[in-house]
Amino acid sequence: MNPIRVRGFLDIFGAWDPSLAFVMAGAVGVATVGVRIMRHLSRPVLDTEFHLPAARRIDGRLIGGTALFGIGWGMAGFCPGPALASLPLGLPAVAAFVVTMALGMTVHDRLVVRSK
Amino acid sequence: MFSGATMNGYWASLCGGMLIGLSAAAFLLLDGRIAGISGIVGRLLLGQDRSLNGAFVLGLLLGPVAYLGAFGDWPVVRIAVPLPLVILAGFLVGFGTRMGSGCTSGHGVMGLARLSPRSMAAVATFMATGILTVTLMRIAGL
Repeated sequence: MNPIRVRGFLDIFGAWDPSLAFVMAGAVGVATVGVRIMRHLSRPVLDTEFHLPAARRIDGRLIGGTALFGIGWGMAGFCPGPALASLPLGLPAVAAFVVTMALGMTVHDRLVVRSK
Repeated sequence: MFSGATMNGYWASLCGGMLIGLSAAAFLLLDGRIAGISGIVGRLLLGQDRSLNGAFVLGLLLGPVAYLGAFGDWPVVRIAVPLPLVILAGFLVGFGTRMGSGCTSGHGVMGLARLSPRSMAAVATFMATGILTVTLMRIAGL
């Protein structure tokens, strides 16, 4: 959640900080157990069906979008989850990031998607 | 050469990661959905599934409050980047995650756990551009 540490993780040619690799290992490890359990269930506990992404194709939108996300992630050291979770700390830079993030999402969803 | 973290820090990172994985697994098994923050926030902004997505975001916002209760201090969040770059970064993260249908949580945590080829390509891409961006900024002295 600390942008300095996140940027330290991405700085593999500099003073590399591997902490985020441990975060990801722990998260993916436990989430994998959840996915295994899901395969034995016909439906989730609180809903009638599982809502899993239907998209299969690796296309230009996926690569272009994730490339842009990576640039922003590297630039500030924030991705959406930690940025939102940091809001209660009352830092102006975090608020600015969240506002422009919401703007970026809205611009994409209302202008780009609609113009198709 | 490792810097900026102790072994104690790695344990904390691993445990924090496991908590993220636990919340993602719970969201999948209880609600049957992928815990992808950019998707949840994006749908909330579009006014879809307001109660579900709103509850998830509220939980995120309560995270640091729970941390304060558990450890007696706020979590450390330091941004060492000039504000104009933070503003640009926010826009790129918002636009990019909607275009690429995911971020570090949806593609990174759940996508890799599901062994989704799309998510693997996504993670490889944002890791590459993230590393490139940090490296170029360090060279440029930002």
